[in-house]
Amino acid sequence: MTASQTTEVVVRLRDIGKTFPGVIANHDVNIDVKSGTVHAIVGENGAGKSTLMKILYGVQKPDSGTIEIHGNQVSLGSPADAIKAGVGMVFQHFMLADNLTVLENVVLGAEKRHGIGGAARDEIKRLSQAYGLDIDPDVRVEELGVGARQRIEILKVLYRGASIIILDEPTAVLVPQEVDELFGNLRELKAEGLAVIFISHKLDEVLSVADEVTVIRRGATIDTVDASSVDARQLAEMMVGSELPNPSTSESTVTDQAVLEVRDLHLDGAGRALLDDIAFTIHKGEILGIAGVEGNGQAELVEAIMGMRPAATGTVTVNGRELGDSSTRKRRESGIAYIPADRHRHGLLLDSPLWENRILGHQTREPNVNGPFIDRKMARKDTERILEEYDVRTPGIDVLARALSGGNQQKFIIGREMSDTPDLLIAGHPTRGVDVGAQSAIWGHIKRARAEGLAVLLISADLDELIGLSDTIRVILRGKLVGEFDPATVTPKQLGSAMTGASE
Amino acid sequence: MTNATLKRLSLVIGAPVLALVTAFLITSLVLAVAGDSVSGVWGQILSLPTPRGYVNIINSATVYYLSAVAVAIGFRMNLFNIGVDGQYRIASFVAAIVAGEAWLPGYLNTVFAVLAAMLVGAAWAGIAGILRVTRGVSEVISTIMLNAIATVVVAYFLRKAAVEHKGSNTIATKEIPEGSRVPGFTWSEDVPAKIYGFVLVAILVGILYWVIINKTRFGFDLRATGLSETAAVASGIDVKRMVLVSMLLSGAIAGLVGMPLLFGNDYSYGSTFQSGLGFAGIAIALLGRNHPVGIALGALLFAFLDEQSNPLQILLDVSPDIVKITQGVIVLTVVIAYEVVRRNGIRLEQRSVANALEDEAPKEEVKA
Repeated sequence: MTASQTTEVVVRLRDIGKTFPGVIANHDVNIDVKSGTVHAIVGENGAGKSTLMKILYGVQKPDSGTIEIHGNQVSLGSPADAIKAGVGMVFQHFMLADNLTVLENVVLGAEKRHGIGGAARDEIKRLSQAYGLDIDPDVRVEELGVGARQRIEILKVLYRGASIIILDEPTAVLVPQEVDELFGNLRELKAEGLAVIFISHKLDEVLSVADEVTVIRRGATIDTVDASSVDARQLAEMMVGSELPNPSTSESTVTDQAVLEVRDLHLDGAGRALLDDIAFTIHKGEILGIAGVEGNGQAELVEAIMGMRPAATGTVTVNGRELGDSSTRKRRESGIAYIPADRHRHGLLLDSPLWENRILGHQTREPNVNGPFIDRKMARKDTERILEEYDVRTPGIDVLARALSGGNQQKFIIGREMSDTPDLLIAGHPTRGVDVGAQSAIWGHIKRARAEGLAVLLISADLDELIGLSDTIRVILRGKLVGEFDPATVTPKQLGSAMTGASE
Repeated sequence: MTNATLKRLSLVIGAPVLALVTAFLITSLVLAVAGDSVSGVWGQILSLPTPRGYVNIINSATVYYLSAVAVAIGFRMNLFNIGVDGQYRIASFVAAIVAGEAWLPGYLNTVFAVLAAMLVGAAWAGIAGILRVTRGVSEVISTIMLNAIATVVVAYFLRKAAVEHKGSNTIATKEIPEGSRVPGFTWSEDVPAKIYGFVLVAILVGILYWVIINKTRFGFDLRATGLSETAAVASGIDVKRMVLVSMLLSGAIAGLVGMPLLFGNDYSYGSTFQSGLGFAGIAIALLGRNHPVGIALGALLFAFLDEQSNPLQILLDVSPDIVKITQGVIVLTVVIAYEVVRRNGIRLEQRSVANALEDEAPKEEVKA
């Protein structure tokens, strides 16, 4: 793990501070990144990692503190300044034009470096060769997979002359096999003397690739440690500052009473079927996990069950009653609770107070309504109950939903959906983008409801969550259910293969 | 928290005040550039209205109010009903014919004609609603088109339905019989003009609007759809149905817009019937933030500016159209000011949430 060249400190952050109203700020951030190393920055969601990296990439200006790059103190007013200083960033969401070639994407905005023709092509080939990126400059981006696209983003940064590369949660979009390839690339980069800053909250990955690890908690750097001297548990405890949550459920509570039965579910899309021949059963007290790379039909499956996709064909039966073409409202009333994957778009009225959000999705049910009228008093009282029982941290029920943190919004939604003791819960990414504390609380609520006989359809991108919570795991690939796994024995690697179709 | 609430309140009141001041300054600038007397114009506009002026202000505010509520119903749903103008004109025309024919005696005739107006207004708006839910046609486009169509349809049928009026070369429908006209209220003994009896209807509409939007399940669904269509769908609201119903409601209220004029002043629908009220309604709904009281204040302000600017031509040789500039700038600045206030409000709230949780944090950590 020792770097081949002499290492020097290329990035020196001192006492960086940044305040935003209502958002966790950075304060007292001190980091030294050495050349020829992979330096990981870990922390919970919302700990301030992204803000810090935006500061280093010139997107945001710090309120206090100094940034030194290659020994010179710099003031980064824009990403252009950062690139000039040798800092490049690969964002989690790729910024590539699908209908252009790799070459065109790479030179776009950097035409001055090597032109847009042969010289640029040669440079791309040279970089691809030197860092083992395996990129053909003349392929269209739309023909490439996620892993290759990420390598193009890295190549774009190198092409612009960066010697310090920031990768923001690069593995979030990759399956395990692609992660291994990426790490191979990162090792090449560091062998060439570059500094790689790797942001993640997946600790096993961090430990497998990083040389040094800086832990951030509540906006401040807690410590920088040598990756070989710690294990995941120690890192996690530094991140959280307390005991760790664990998704695993205790013994099985599965019964033989079917709650949700889906048969022959089919939904046509443009060109190919979005859902094809989907069939499964979930019993009382059972959690069925659906694994899959995003965009393989998970959203459509949920929406078909919720009655939001009238074009879907096939039968959906809940508690022995076929839903037919009944409306979303009817389905909700019949005992289906729904935690949408995108809570901002589907789960909340962001600009309405919490007590009005209590009513959302339950507009026809007590205690929210009284005949055709909203029962303001009872709805408010019941909102207080949810805040109390589900530990939603907010000063009051008149606060706009937007003002809450992601974790608290999600706890609130779960409290709301559990209000009428549903028989079936459809949960899309229930812990996405929430902090560890809220995550463990949410897992706790789902486990408890399962023990009380709730049937759950769990869609998640977090394989640990799926393996920990589910009684059965099915994999969805291009709209079809392709495999069934026992969470007691399956590994993330096996799931990854099934998710990409590699096992077929 | 109380401090934050206070601050937020001051922001909410500050927005319209800021808009008014800006409008005042820009209008002054225009006057100065044109070489007109700035102080003279404002001296007239900001003077106390004449007794007769009060009556005129209340009367035109009544009409504006109905128009703005019609628009506001759409706005709460994120629907932009630009077609209130066409809806009220075609509705007024039909109501004038129904009332003029007097198939029913006395006030029964009035009620029947008003219902006919609401029905026609709703139907005209409903065309846009149906196009939107079945074919995805933007209601902005279709209602603009329907305005133009309403103009020619009314002109065409007016020619057929018109009757001779002695001593006048304008054409109009048959006059409404005396017994079906709606009497007004006397402001003071020296003013012959009366306040429209329909002012009561406008107040009633305002109250109903408030109750339906804020207190009922239907109103909740409507607001939820306006705030986030995606969340509305996920919560089980039939958004298409809501679009159609709110277009119909908006159109029905639009149908009422011409009624104060028809039954309290004109007594027939002719080529001189007041037009453009639907567009004023859009501006006033924006100014009043779709709130029933805010809209009332906005309607009174617009009516006040209209009335006070009337003598400008005679007194100062300045076109009264100068207040149109003021009104336009008010609307523009108020939209900007409200957005600023909204963002500040969110920031304030996030800060207060963060502060409140900071105090709590150590205690919670022990628990976790």
